[in-house]
Order: sequence, then structure tokens, then C-alpha cells
Amino acid sequence: MTQDPLSSIIATDEQMLEGGWELIVGLEVHVELATKTKLFSGSPNRFGDEPNTNIDPVTLGLPGALPVLNKQAVELAMRIGIALNCDIQPCIFHRKNYFYPDMPKAYQISQYDIPLNIDGFLVLPSGTRVGVERAHLEEDTGKSTHVGGATGRIHGSDYSLIDFNRAGVPLVEIVSRPDIRTSEHAKEYVAELRAILEVIGASDAKMEEGSMRVDANVSVHKPGTLFGTRCEIKNVNSIRALGRAIDYEARRQIDVLDSGGSIRQETRHWDDAEGRTHTLRVKEDADDYRYFPEPDLVPLAPSAEWVQAVRDNLPMLPAARRTALSVLTGYDTQSEAVIVVVERGQHDYVQAVVDAGGDAVRALIYVQQGFADAGPVPAVPAADLAKLTVLERDAKLSATQAKTVLAELVEHGGGDAAAIAAAKGFEAMDTSTVEAMVDEAIAADPGAWAKYMAGDEKASGAIVGRVMKASQGKADGKIVTAIMQSRRS
Amino acid sequence: MATIPKTASGIAAAITSKQITAREVIDSYLAQISARETDIHAFNLVTADAARAHADAIDADIAAGRPIGPLAGVPIAIKDNLCTHGIETTCSSKILEGWKPPYDATVVSRLRDAGAIMVGKTNLDEFAMGSSTENSAFGPTRNPLDTSRVPGGSSGGSAAAVAAGFAPVSLGSDTGGSIRQPAALCGVVGVKPTYGLVSRYGLCAYASSLDQIGPFATTVADAALITEVIAGHDAMDSTSIPQPAPALVASVSQGVVGMRIGRVTDLPAGAEPEVIARLNEAFAALEAAGATIVDVTLPSLSYALTAYYLIAPAEASSNLARYDGVRYGLRVNAVDTNSMYGATRAAGFGDEVKRRIMLGTYALSAGYYDAYYGKALKVRRLIAEDFERAYAQVDVILTPTSPVVAFPFGDKVDDPMAMYLCDIYTIPTNLAGHPAMSVPFGTGAHGMPVGIQVLAPALGEAPMFRVGGALENAAGGSK
Repeated sequence: MTQDPLSSIIATDEQMLEGGWELIVGLEVHVELATKTKLFSGSPNRFGDEPNTNIDPVTLGLPGALPVLNKQAVELAMRIGIALNCDIQPCIFHRKNYFYPDMPKAYQISQYDIPLNIDGFLVLPSGTRVGVERAHLEEDTGKSTHVGGATGRIHGSDYSLIDFNRAGVPLVEIVSRPDIRTSEHAKEYVAELRAILEVIGASDAKMEEGSMRVDANVSVHKPGTLFGTRCEIKNVNSIRALGRAIDYEARRQIDVLDSGGSIRQETRHWDDAEGRTHTLRVKEDADDYRYFPEPDLVPLAPSAEWVQAVRDNLPMLPAARRTALSVLTGYDTQSEAVIVVVERGQHDYVQAVVDAGGDAVRALIYVQQGFADAGPVPAVPAADLAKLTVLERDAKLSATQAKTVLAELVEHGGGDAAAIAAAKGFEAMDTSTVEAMVDEAIAADPGAWAKYMAGDEKASGAIVGRVMKASQGKADGKIVTAIMQSRRS
Repeated sequence: MATIPKTASGIAAAITSKQITAREVIDSYLAQISARETDIHAFNLVTADAARAHADAIDADIAAGRPIGPLAGVPIAIKDNLCTHGIETTCSSKILEGWKPPYDATVVSRLRDAGAIMVGKTNLDEFAMGSSTENSAFGPTRNPLDTSRVPGGSSGGSAAAVAAGFAPVSLGSDTGGSIRQPAALCGVVGVKPTYGLVSRYGLCAYASSLDQIGPFATTVADAALITEVIAGHDAMDSTSIPQPAPALVASVSQGVVGMRIGRVTDLPAGAEPEVIARLNEAFAALEAAGATIVDVTLPSLSYALTAYYLIAPAEASSNLARYDGVRYGLRVNAVDTNSMYGATRAAGFGDEVKRRIMLGTYALSAGYYDAYYGKALKVRRLIAEDFERAYAQVDVILTPTSPVVAFPFGDKVDDPMAMYLCDIYTIPTNLAGHPAMSVPFGTGAHGMPVGIQVLAPALGEAPMFRVGGALENAAGGSK
């Protein structure tokens, strides 16, 4: 992370922390690429297999084994670079030397001063622009499990188990500039990045499975002064944890500084259960990685044609998708429904529902509310959902009834909305029946009605509730409200 | 029983034409090994049973009329830093003792496909670091021409195996002269091909940007034949040149009429007078054979040794870091992981390996990189540019291979700088990535052989073998 002394990006008054402190955050995000095979060998890149089954001489760093660069990994890395508005440049690989039991060669093949992707940026849904310093290719390490001992770390454990299935899995490390000023923006950056990675097929980007790992560089300072000393926060395993960790760390640093202390540059471990960070290692203990150019690989210089082909084949990115969904539904690009549906990759599905004759707004809301766990391609056929939106739009079903039918569709992976409604005895009630029910409800609870008449909107709930109960949910809430309003006026 | 030919090509021809059997050939060579190996110690492992079985299989193929390769039945010795599937590969280091690779080096499988029969794994300076084979953890190899003297190194076992008649051909690896220098000291032919011509897959790395595999042979033609078999693109090595193996055997007998031979006027001093005398005779012989001698200068050559002893140890410090006791080879248990690494490496590596790991670690360290490793890379570029200028004027360059003939055991082992100077003429080619070969050319002090080195530009193997063939002819005439 660049130590820009004076940044042009300054927090707004609302973003400023108490006491006039400004938060400075840069994020380093590691993503595992969704390749068939590893970065430098033909072993499968697959999560969840029996330990030490996806291995070979290259993965294990056996004497004499040599790396051969995976073309698909380069292509996915270029997709990331293009999606993040980076320049793609001729680049080389370096060796990063350090000892660790799950590092089979005792060096990691990475990129150092000449990475593949440089100088990009990402515009968040809220409009904030975050610079991307670089997005480089490197190999993952194996996975250690330390058995025994209190901490689950190597020190104090009885023994350690190593799974080399993950060793050599291709990673792209995406390094942001220190342009982030609030924990909300940090969360937004990671959510948007995750959506991009999924859309372009670069990674499944699951923080829980470790295919997306986020480290946060956090510091605080007073605007107009040099950046403060930063701490790197590791072990942040969800977007929510990221926000909590940044807020905690900012608070900790401000407390230290306000009480006359100083911040030590160090790596800190986020403990989600305790809700705090702990010192992992201080800078003085940092390894000297002795980077030097990897002699077993040749320079990587993607041709202009290759870069263009990757650019041409890039699918529509989330920002463009939000715009398209906004045009389709009339909802704002920054509205929660639009953001959530695009984040889940379900915008194509909404479009398909509309293409099948569905109502756009209802399609968007149904998908937002009913398909949280359905993934980009819900099991319910778009045409089935389209029919439901039309039934509700045409007042053949009340919103409540439609919601019940939607739940049925989701549960059974589709079905004929009209038939389900009929089977449940849902039918549009004629307005006169509803009017009668409203009158009965008013008679039953004159107190609530009096309050409503006096302008207490909340009091309408009691009346609507009675009508719903009497109609067994068949009455359309909107129609009930409309009748009540006409009675009042 | 018919007489066993002395060359690989002769053996393959005799076996293919059914004048002799592969089994007769292998038994003859194994008998020679039994007779002298105790004195020479060329091998870490003799694979006699597997060799006999392989020979029987080839004889069966021939009897059944099945297709056989161009090296059918040719015995070959393999340097013990080349991986052989299921057969111990030690790099002459305690740290790898007992390790059996689960795969073959590309060169090993190509030789087997061609019908060659491995007779054993040859001794070397530990991890190919040394010029005398005295740095082997399993004891030194002795020079077959005078067992009180070293065979050179690091491929001393492979050179001695050919010189002692244990195999007509062998494979070595050459990072700074480790094929050519022992070839010169043992009086055999040794070739370091262009970097990238031969796949390094399965060669336990010493210095990856310099290492190259090549053959030892008793004749230039045999060396060309083996080079043809092992060369050519390999998808398993990213630095492998993407083109097929060149035809080289025909070049050996083409003569040197019209060729321009470079004489380096600013060659670093230090060669024994007899070595310089043989070099001058070599120039005269080539001139007599129709070549023109052209003076060239290579001013940056005097920095080559220094640059090499930064680049090679730097890469070695990284390449040898994997020997940590975690996954294979030696492990010395200790109280925690870091202590286990330390104890394992302290017990597993010899002094020269430790010296180079420390040198290289230092050269790459923060704050020293630019002054040492960075500067060495610049020298490397200067040397390549010097050669480029020289090769604008000449086809090949002739120098001594080694400044000295084979020296007695213990002569230099306690003086690293004296030992390092053995490679002063061979190192520059590795830095440039060019091919070079050593051809025996008469004798020097104590009647020990002298090798003349033929240097050529990248992928200049054909002109190199032409000159090598001419030198062999001239040496044969003058012996």
C-alpha cells in the first residue's frame, strides 16, 4: 500500500470519526481463480477433495520439478484486470523466499515489481471511486491444521497436518490504493469486487471457504497531516467481520493516540468471537523475502490480440447491470433491490421474467425477497414467475396471496401460479365484499377507527388486520387501505 | 563372441544388426565396473540387475522384430542429480539419501525410449557444487588415468565412468563447467548444449538459469548422437526452446574449411604453460585443416567468475531451501519446526553447499541485492554483449577448458578461491547461455590430458561439432 503523505481523497464531514480523526483503509484481496488445474501443474484445482490427492511433483516441490504457467489462469487474471480498469502489461514472476511447512518449495512464485495488471480503479455502487494499485498472479500455499494446544496455531500444538491440495492453486492478489475512508465503503468495495469476480467467472469468491481472503491495512490521521502508521488486519472471514474489524481497529488506534501513545506497524489477527484484534507479529520480525526473478519461467507478455479477445468476451459488469435493471424497472441504481439482485447475479433472471411477459417491478421485488438463496439461475422457470406477477398486477391476487403462491413456486421449483392460487381457494374478491368486511371491522373496533379518522395512520393496522383475518388473507391490502381512505375523506 | 565396439554408435549398430546381443554388451561393461569400481568410485549406485533385465528385453524386442531405438542396448551412466523413477537419487548429499523420485527426468525417459540402458547413478560434488568431486557426501571419485588425482567436477563420476570404460557414454550437468572441466581432466569429450536445448525437467536444480544437461563420450560423434537424442522441446520445462532437436552427427565429419575460429587475445591468465601450448597447437591444426584464425577480445570475461559466484549461489540458496525435512529425505527431529529445519540442514548439507547457501542468501538480502545480485546480472549482460560482438567476426571461439590438468586430492579443497578458478574459462558460456564442448587434445603436466574448449553462439551446436570433429582428428594424428 502506497504511503501517500497527503491524499487528495478526504473524508466528508459525515465520514469523519469523532475527534477529527480520518480513517484510511487499503484492502488486499486474494482470490482463488476458478481454473480447472493449478497455476503451474496439471493437478486439479478443486476444493473439498480428500487431503493430498490433487498433488504431483510440481505441487510438492520435488527436486527437479519445474513450473509451467497455466494459460487459463492468465486469462482469468486478465479478465480481472480489465474489469478493474487496469493496464495489462508484459510482466515477470519472482520468487518470494520464506520457510513454512505448507510452502513446499520454501518459496512462493509470485509477481513483484512488474505485475500483470496495474493502475486500475473500481467505482462502487454509492459512487465512490477506489484506486486499484495492482492485481497480480501468484500460487497459493498448502493448508496447515495444527492439532493440540490452545490457540490452534503452530506454536504450542502437538503436531501439524498439511494438505497440499491447495498448494499451487492460482491466486490473484488485488491491492487497492488507500482510498477507503469508512468501514461501510470497505464492505461495499468487497461486495462489489465479489460480484464482479462472479460475473466474469474468475472465482466463486466465497469468503467462508477461503476462495476470497481479505486483509485490511488500517490507519488513522488528522486530515492535512501525514498518514498514520498502519496495521494489517488478517483473518477477516466475512464482509460483516470486515466492517467490525475496521471499526474496532480504528477505535483502538485512536484510543492509543489520544492517550499520547504511538502505533506500532504490525500484523494483527481479527478474533470475530471476541470482537477485537490481537498482535500477530511486529514489523521487526518480518521476513526478508529475498525476491528475485523466477529463473524457471519466461516473461509473460500477452499479445494485444489476446488482451482484446478477453476484453471483447467480458460479460456485462455489475455497474452496467444495475443501470440496465434500473432502466427496466424504474428503480434507482443505488436502490437496495437493484444492488442486491445484481450482487446475486440474478439480473438476467429478472430480465427473463419480463421477457416472458412479466411485470418488471414485481419481478424485481419477488426475486429480491423470494430468491435470496437461489443463486444466479433460480429453479423456478421465468415464465412461471411471470404469470404470478401478472396475476397480482391485474388484481387477480392480493399481495399477500401472491406471496403465498411465490413461496409455493420456490418450494416446488416452479408451477402454474393460477392453478396454485385456485387450489388454495384464492380468488379475487369483488370490491363490494371487501367494503362490507371493512365496515364490519370498523364496527368491531370503533376506538381504532376514531384514532384513524383523527389522522393516526398507525391505527389503520388494527382495521386492516381484522379484514385480513375475516377474508383469510384473500383481501388485497391495498384495496382495503383505499376503501378506508375513501371512508375518511 | 564378437568384439564389443567401444562407441555408442558402434554398439547400437552391432546390436541392431544382431552381431552381438545387448546382454553381451551389458555383461561386458558390468564386468569392467566390477573390476575397477572399487578403485574409482564413479558410482553412487550400480543398477546391474535392472540393466541386465533391460538388455534382455531389448534382445527380445530384436528377436521378435519389434522396433528398437537408435541407442538400442547402449549402456549409459547417469549423474545422480537426475531423477530416476523408483531409483535412489541423492545429488551425493546426505539430505536426499534414500529418496526415490516418483518420476523420471525428461532426458532419462528420452534415453530409455531410444533404447539406452542405464548402468548406474554417478557420483558428483554435492548438489553439483565443486570442481573435483571431493565435495560428495559419499567420498570422492578417483581419476581413472591416475587414481591419486581428482577427476574434476562436479560431474566427476560421469567423466570417470566413461574414461574407465564403465559405459561408452554418460550424462552430466553443467552450471559453470561441470561437464567440460571433468571431461578435460579425464581425457574424454564433454558437451554443454545451448541453455534450453535440453529439458531440465527432473534435474535437481543447483542454479536454474545456468544449469544444462549434456553428454560425456569417448568420441565427438557419440557426444553429438546423445545430444540429438536428449535435445528438443519439452512442455514440462518453460525455458525449453520450442523447436525440435537439431541433426548434429553429420556435422562432426564436415571439416572446417572456410570456418573462422576466434582466438581471445585478452583471455584471463593463469593457465599452465603446457595447456597454452596445446591450445596453440589446436589453432595450428585447425588452420592447417582450412580454417581462418581471427583475434577477438572479450573484455568483460575477467568479471565472469565474480558474477557467477553471486548468481549461482543466489539461485542455489532458493533452490535448496526446499530441503527442510518436511516432505522427503533426511529429517533430524528437534523441539519445534524452526529448530527441525536448522538441525536437518546442518546435518544434511556439506560445507561447500552451506558456503554457497550463505553467499547467495546474503547476495539477495534487502539492502544488498542491488550491490551484489543486481550488479552480477549487469555483468552477465555485458558478457553476452561481448560474445555477440565476437560472434559477428567468428563462427566459434577456442580456449582451454581448464587452466590446469587433473590435480592431486586435497590440493585445492581447503582453498575455495583456488578451486573456483578451475572454472574460469568455462563459466562465461553458462552466463551467456551458449553451447560449448571440451575435446581431449594431447597431454600436459604429469602426462595428464588437456582439453580444448570450443565455444559457439546460441544454437551453434552444428559449427561447434564441426570444429570438435576436426580437433579430434588432429589430436588422434598427433597422439
